[in-house]
Amino acid sequence: MSTLAAGSRSRLRDWFRRHPGRVISALVVVLLAAGVTIWYVADGDIEYRTQNRTIDGAPAPGEPARLDTTLYLPETASRANPAPAVLVAHGFGGSKESVADTAGELAGQGYVVLTWSARGFGRSTGLIHLNHPDYEIADARRLVDWLAQHPHVARDAAGDPKVAVTGASYGGALALSLAGRDPRIDAVVPQVTWHDLANAFLPESTGAGPEQGVFKRMWAGLFFTTASGFPLGLGFGSASTAPEALPAASGNPACGRFAPDVCQAYLETGTTGRPGKGTVALLRASSPAGVLERITAPTLLVQGLADSLFPLSEADANARGITNAPVRVAWFSGGHDGQPSAADEDRVKYLSLRWLNHYLRGIGDPPGASFTYSRATGVDVNTYGLATTGFVADRYPGLDGDSRTAVHVRGRPQRVANPPDGTPAAISTLPGLGGFSSVVSGTSLDLPGQHARFLSEPLPERVDVVGAPRLSVRAAAPDGEAVLFVKLYDLDRSGKLTLPNGLVAPVRLTNLPANIADAKPVPVTLPTVVHRFEAGHRLLVVVATSDQAYATPPEPVVHTVALGDSPVTLPRVAAAPLAGPVAVLRWVLAGLVAALGFGIVAAVLFGRWRHRRQDRSVVAEYADVPLVVRGLRKEYADGFVAVSKVDFTVRRGQVVGLLGPNGAGKTTALRTLLGLIQPTAGDALVFGHRLTPGAPVLSRLGALVEGPGFLPHLSGVDNLRLFWRATGRPWADARFEEVLEIAGLGRSVHRKVRTYSHGMKQRLAIAQAMLGMPELLVLDEPTDGLDPPQIAEMRRVLRDYADEQRAVLVSSHLLAEVEQTCSHVVVVHRGELVAAGPVADIVGDSPTVLFDVTDPDRAERALHELGGVASVGRDGAQLVVDLNGTPRAEAVAALVGAGVGVHRVVPRRRLEDAFLSLVSDGTVGSDR
Amino acid sequence: MTTITRDGAAPGYRHTATLSVATEFRRQLSRRRTQLTLAFLVLLPIIMVLAFQFGPSSDRRNRDNGGFGLVDLATSGAANFTMFGLMVSTGFLLVVVVALFCGDTVASEASWGSLRYLLAVPVPRGRLLGVKLTVALLYSAIGIVILVGTCLLAGTVAFGWEPLRAVIGGEVSATEGALRVLAAAGYVAVMLLPVAGLAFFLSVSTDAPLGAVGGAVFLHIMSNILDAITALGEIRNLLPTRYAYAWIGLLSSPAQTDDMLRGALAALSYTIVFFCLAWWRFLRKDVTS
Repeated sequence: MSTLAAGSRSRLRDWFRRHPGRVISALVVVLLAAGVTIWYVADGDIEYRTQNRTIDGAPAPGEPARLDTTLYLPETASRANPAPAVLVAHGFGGSKESVADTAGELAGQGYVVLTWSARGFGRSTGLIHLNHPDYEIADARRLVDWLAQHPHVARDAAGDPKVAVTGASYGGALALSLAGRDPRIDAVVPQVTWHDLANAFLPESTGAGPEQGVFKRMWAGLFFTTASGFPLGLGFGSASTAPEALPAASGNPACGRFAPDVCQAYLETGTTGRPGKGTVALLRASSPAGVLERITAPTLLVQGLADSLFPLSEADANARGITNAPVRVAWFSGGHDGQPSAADEDRVKYLSLRWLNHYLRGIGDPPGASFTYSRATGVDVNTYGLATTGFVADRYPGLDGDSRTAVHVRGRPQRVANPPDGTPAAISTLPGLGGFSSVVSGTSLDLPGQHARFLSEPLPERVDVVGAPRLSVRAAAPDGEAVLFVKLYDLDRSGKLTLPNGLVAPVRLTNLPANIADAKPVPVTLPTVVHRFEAGHRLLVVVATSDQAYATPPEPVVHTVALGDSPVTLPRVAAAPLAGPVAVLRWVLAGLVAALGFGIVAAVLFGRWRHRRQDRSVVAEYADVPLVVRGLRKEYADGFVAVSKVDFTVRRGQVVGLLGPNGAGKTTALRTLLGLIQPTAGDALVFGHRLTPGAPVLSRLGALVEGPGFLPHLSGVDNLRLFWRATGRPWADARFEEVLEIAGLGRSVHRKVRTYSHGMKQRLAIAQAMLGMPELLVLDEPTDGLDPPQIAEMRRVLRDYADEQRAVLVSSHLLAEVEQTCSHVVVVHRGELVAAGPVADIVGDSPTVLFDVTDPDRAERALHELGGVASVGRDGAQLVVDLNGTPRAEAVAALVGAGVGVHRVVPRRRLEDAFLSLVSDGTVGSDR
Repeated sequence: MTTITRDGAAPGYRHTATLSVATEFRRQLSRRRTQLTLAFLVLLPIIMVLAFQFGPSSDRRNRDNGGFGLVDLATSGAANFTMFGLMVSTGFLLVVVVALFCGDTVASEASWGSLRYLLAVPVPRGRLLGVKLTVALLYSAIGIVILVGTCLLAGTVAFGWEPLRAVIGGEVSATEGALRVLAAAGYVAVMLLPVAGLAFFLSVSTDAPLGAVGGAVFLHIMSNILDAITALGEIRNLLPTRYAYAWIGLLSSPAQTDDMLRGALAALSYTIVFFCLAWWRFLRKDVTS
């Protein structure tokens, strides 16, 4: 066994030694494969299992709910090694199923994850109270109690599990409210959620509060009409799971599964556009706003740029409200209006996981308070989604940035009409697609007569806005009140308008004078955006009377609007572009390029070194012999033996014919001579130098093998010139004139080779082989395609060529050819040497003569009587006779004397006998 | 008898002097194929300019959604026009051009029969491949430079030297825009390297030039088709054509180079593998054609 192993090891070593190139190629492939594998396997997941269970919710008065939950248990968590837990709450209209991806990812990171359908959603019973402390929040506290009892969950103290809570939108607000009401929560990651639900649905941008707010009716409609099935869940990943159909609830069909008080508030506000009595209080009760300062768990607030439902200002209010815990803010390109870029999705995942890892498990450095955000900078080519660039600032600067640029926007006061019942209305925000569509194709629309425009001068330099721009407006209204929508457009040089993120600032101005001259400027905070205004672009402020997404007063009135004197302030943030994980790629790429350059240089040097190192020793005894072929054998990969064993020698002054039928192995032998193929065994020596592919001694050899090979689009003479140029040898050595003379193409030599006949190409090829008058000329079937006078001329040329100390090797399957051209002949058949020697010896007259006679029997007797005749054979009516020195005339006379009629007397030659019999055998295989 | 060098070579023969890059360049330049290809790359931008100048103005409802908005912006300046030119030619035209230059180079010599005479000069095989590949890549690069140069020139004449504009992400000054165009062209060139490598590998493996060119184009198209099958998910990131259009990121401000990095990395990896295979194959090959 060990000997066997040792044997195979040494064989392996030998193989390596023989094939260094293969080893290098193999290594490259293996390294690449390994690199690629590591790339994709690096974030390996922990296996987990899930358990579905129904847990009793909070015992709310008259409304006990049973919560449908799923527990994700990673296999790394056990009684002995309990893991921290994460509650993942779903978005509005979703259920525990819509956060399954997020839960799975967290479980894959080793967290025990609990998801549940909130009361009124999915298979959970109960009614929707919009994260009311006594209902949904109390439910969640029950779940924390439950986790505290679970043996696989790590605990801070008895009844106090190590637990974080995360969720998006509805789930995000639950996370914040829960953290504010349950001190056992250890970390919070709320995404795209609200601070004050009243403010979110009744926004007012002059700071008048939700009582004066403008009702966001389109979003409210979508939010409350769960039957629309619009998925609001936005998990870590894509929450594409469609919300389950809600079971029909008993009672008022207008209310669905909403609690009656919530339903009533919506119906009232939806009808009048103004909040009913108690509505604001009801919505506030469902908001984290009131409990933020009680939050002690570190909170990572993630809010979206593409969000006209819960804009960035909501997260800003939350960040300001949480005063007793570490807070970090991140903005990303997603939100209720659109999908984030892939880079942002990765960033949010990374930030969230880092937050949880540090505050639940103590893994990693404290995440710090740096603020990250992103700006839409292009189109993602592979997903056709948004491409963004991330930025990082040391700390969260709030909505006013850390510096401001003031831009004067001017325009005279303009009269604008409020359309009856708010129809037709301008379009800015389209819930669910406002962000991306407004950026990409400009769906925003302002109606003539319903808006006023105020324009700035072109910006002298680009301004990167990060935060909420501010400006002031003045307005006059006949009835003292006006609902207006203020938008800040980016107007490029070609007149194209962009409304950043499709966001508008609704304002309700009261106590307005009837005359614009009396109107006082009112400060307006515009929506928070991240947008680059290029140099040369203008700011366009539009004040419109209507907006499709909002409820506006139904009375047709004409207002007058103007801007205040103060400029538009654009907040900016000093931030650096985020170095993503691709920074590593940069190095990898640089390394690869360096390796490539190094590899090329090394390969060239290695090639030259090997070239120099190659065995160039001269076999002294053959140093002056043009060609010696010793024991040549070529076996092709498919096992076909083209040449089994051939030995011959070509000496100076000789014209050697390589004779054999088609398929005898002539061409294979010649190919070997040119280093085109590697012999299986044996070798060929040219002037004592071993022939290997590319051996320098080949430069002393001119060849025509397997027909001419020319560039068809060039003339004959250009072909020869280019060929000689490729040899890199001096022009003078080529001896063009002599060679062209030999080719004998006359003026045709200037025509394109494509137009040549086969014979012309053949002559040109012979001329090419003779370029530089090489000492050994190897010609494969040189007379192929030539006409008889040309053949005769060629024979003369070849004989002359070999005269001056040079040698010629000619292959042919025609005996006559060889006989008339060559001084020596080598006969091969089926890859084996049959005969070799001077033509005179082999091809010359033999003593046998063929007699074609009338009476063979009598003739045989007569010849016997002649005496001295050695042997007589018979071939039908023909006699083959060895006259053994007796003159043929004498034999004929004897036959005639014996009364035998002689039709024909043909002298026979030795080679012919052999050769014809060979040919008649047929050939084996093809002449490959 | 003239003096013979120690290695038995004919006087004046040095293996490092055989088939110089200049000679091979001249050999290829003499071919109608090369001349026509390069001429077409000059013609294409001019045709595009004429189409934009005299064609019916683009119908907003029929906008090309796959064009990353470049179609609408194509006439806004030389830089944008060139980006558009690159976009319409990366997918197929330049692939064919590169496959032609790199796939045809050795295989056509084999099919003419001139390969064996070059090897019998003797041009060492490694050197033959090195020179052939250098010249093929040189012509590919020249093709791209001609296309981009003509686009910039024709675009400047027709649409002016204007800032480079993007649908999202604003605009950059004309000069920087031109630099970005050049960077995009450079990236496109890098992304075409795997095609070059594959075509070259096929070229040394077959005697049929069309087979080598067609094979490379075919596999490129296959890669594109696989890329379009979203069900393949992450695996698609391994495809050589996955990031073919990542240079669109150069339209952003600041330029998005993440995907370009990934693309260049993948492209170079494939290229190295293909080139290694080509050498490995040719240095061991029995040249029987």
